[in-house]
Amino acid sequence: MTKMIGQRAIASLLSLLGLMILVFFLSRLTGDPAVLFLPIDATEQMKEEFRALHGLDRPIIEQFGAYVWDLLHLDFGDSLRKARPAIDVVLEAYTWTLPLALITMALVMVAAIVLGALAAFKVGGFFDRLVSIVSLVGASAPDFWIAIVAIVIFSINFGWLPTSGVGTPLHWVLPIAVLFIRPFGLIVQVVRGSMLSALGAAYVKTARAKGVKNRPLIFVHTLRNAMLPVITVMGDQAAALLNGAVIVETIFGFPGIGKLMIDSILQRDFNVVLTAIMVTAIAIFIMNILIDIAYGVLDPRIRQ
Amino acid sequence: MTDLSSAKPADIPRSESAALLAMLWRDKLAFVSAVMLLVIVLFAVLGPALLGDAAGAQNLRGRNSPPFDLAHGWAFVLGGDSLGRPMLPRLIVAASSTMGVAAGAVLSALVVGAAFGLVAGYLGKNVSQVIMRLADVIMSFPSLLIAVVVLYVLGPSIPNLVLVLAITRIPIYLRTTCAEVLEVRERMFVQAATVMGASHTRIILRHILPIVAPTLMTIATLDFAFVMLAESSLSFLGIGIQPPNITWGLMVSQGRPYLSSAWWLAFWPGLMIVITALSLNLLSNWMRVALDPAQRWRLEARSTKGGTANG
Repeated sequence: MTKMIGQRAIASLLSLLGLMILVFFLSRLTGDPAVLFLPIDATEQMKEEFRALHGLDRPIIEQFGAYVWDLLHLDFGDSLRKARPAIDVVLEAYTWTLPLALITMALVMVAAIVLGALAAFKVGGFFDRLVSIVSLVGASAPDFWIAIVAIVIFSINFGWLPTSGVGTPLHWVLPIAVLFIRPFGLIVQVVRGSMLSALGAAYVKTARAKGVKNRPLIFVHTLRNAMLPVITVMGDQAAALLNGAVIVETIFGFPGIGKLMIDSILQRDFNVVLTAIMVTAIAIFIMNILIDIAYGVLDPRIRQ
Repeated sequence: MTDLSSAKPADIPRSESAALLAMLWRDKLAFVSAVMLLVIVLFAVLGPALLGDAAGAQNLRGRNSPPFDLAHGWAFVLGGDSLGRPMLPRLIVAASSTMGVAAGAVLSALVVGAAFGLVAGYLGKNVSQVIMRLADVIMSFPSLLIAVVVLYVLGPSIPNLVLVLAITRIPIYLRTTCAEVLEVRERMFVQAATVMGASHTRIILRHILPIVAPTLMTIATLDFAFVMLAESSLSFLGIGIQPPNITWGLMVSQGRPYLSSAWWLAFWPGLMIVITALSLNLLSNWMRVALDPAQRWRLEARSTKGGTANG
């Protein structure tokens, strides 16, 4: 178990390094921030000074060396756009995205487990059909389109919900609802599939023969065994959730990490882009380790 | 040399394809999906040549004209856009770029991923371990963010878009092929071929590839929908397809400022995406069962392991 986590940690660290190098050099190739940030009539001297101030006049290898050195001191550099430490900007964005993702994921888990279990219990029944329809929609409808249709219906036609921004709990309803659909569709199918195979196992027959009622049979005996694959998929879905967050946050003007990434890329705010990518990668990495541990807790066979 | 792999029903092409068609006809949902896809492919192939002019022609009276109103002619039956161009021909013409980008990305990802997967799986456990880990790492990071960064650096053009989308999808094919080959190469007919002195190339191409191909086809169908959604997301964000090229995703984003006054600008192209993706999903579900009955056991085995086989 520890060995496995160690191996994964090394692999993830290496990939994090590769990712950092890739993004660093790619982002420096996008264009000259001096041209973008200074007014059009800025003199050549002003541009020179701007570059010197932000270290953009040095050879790119030297810039990279300096960046890595600062990084080792936990200094992610400053945001050009906001003139604040990039790490602050990124963490602030995460204070919006994290609750969004956590609430969505919690709702997805509860709904997927309950509905998936019910669907598996009666294949072809009402819940089974409901589940397969939602899954199909989730896999087939682009989230930006769902968001737009939802805005037209609930914000413009009925005027129930705000179109964008944050501030009241009502502002969270549409973003969460849109983010919810795709991971729910996927996870509920996994729950259903793994419940189906768990329900066929011998210990379920034993429990039935003992006279265990349906509800404890599903939610106590079978579900725990059916949870392993669900947890794996949940890990994969975290990355997908961030993909969704980019779209949803852009549409609903939600000041989270997705919107920050898009804005920073468009405005060539290198340090913020790099910091955002690294913080995201680290977050995903930590979550993967937590999932490995949860795996061990749920299934003692893996611990050896 | 006797080819043991011909024990698979590959040598009766005529009756097999007929049987397949009959099977498709029996499953009405899959049949309708196949017909829809055929129509959309026809749109994509013939659309630009037949309707290219109509799609670009402006009729200023038809600006944001509502759908189902024939006052401006049949072309405006789905309404007109903000520049007075008819929606219906534009939707049909946009099918071409949408399908083109997705097809290009899926095909390149499929070929590259399958080729490396075949070799890695054939070479054995150690090589494939490394490859699987690498694929895991790529897949664990949000692909949209990488695509956004790369596209912004390289500049948004159709070839770059295809490249970026292909790269993010390669791990899927790589992993699947690798896992399948690892298992197939232990089977009896591969051993037999080896004993008879078949070369490695021959074993991989003639004996292993035909077994893996149906799975890859099913994944590719499903993936086509995924790539199309990814392309439309990128185009929607403004870093995918650039005007005057049009795809459905771009049309949705162009219609977004008019949501409160002209909902149809964003609604129809999105609906086209949904219809296409839905058809692909349904067809892929059908293919998974139909294409290779001999592999059903594998799917069952996968579902007990709880893989994400389901779309």
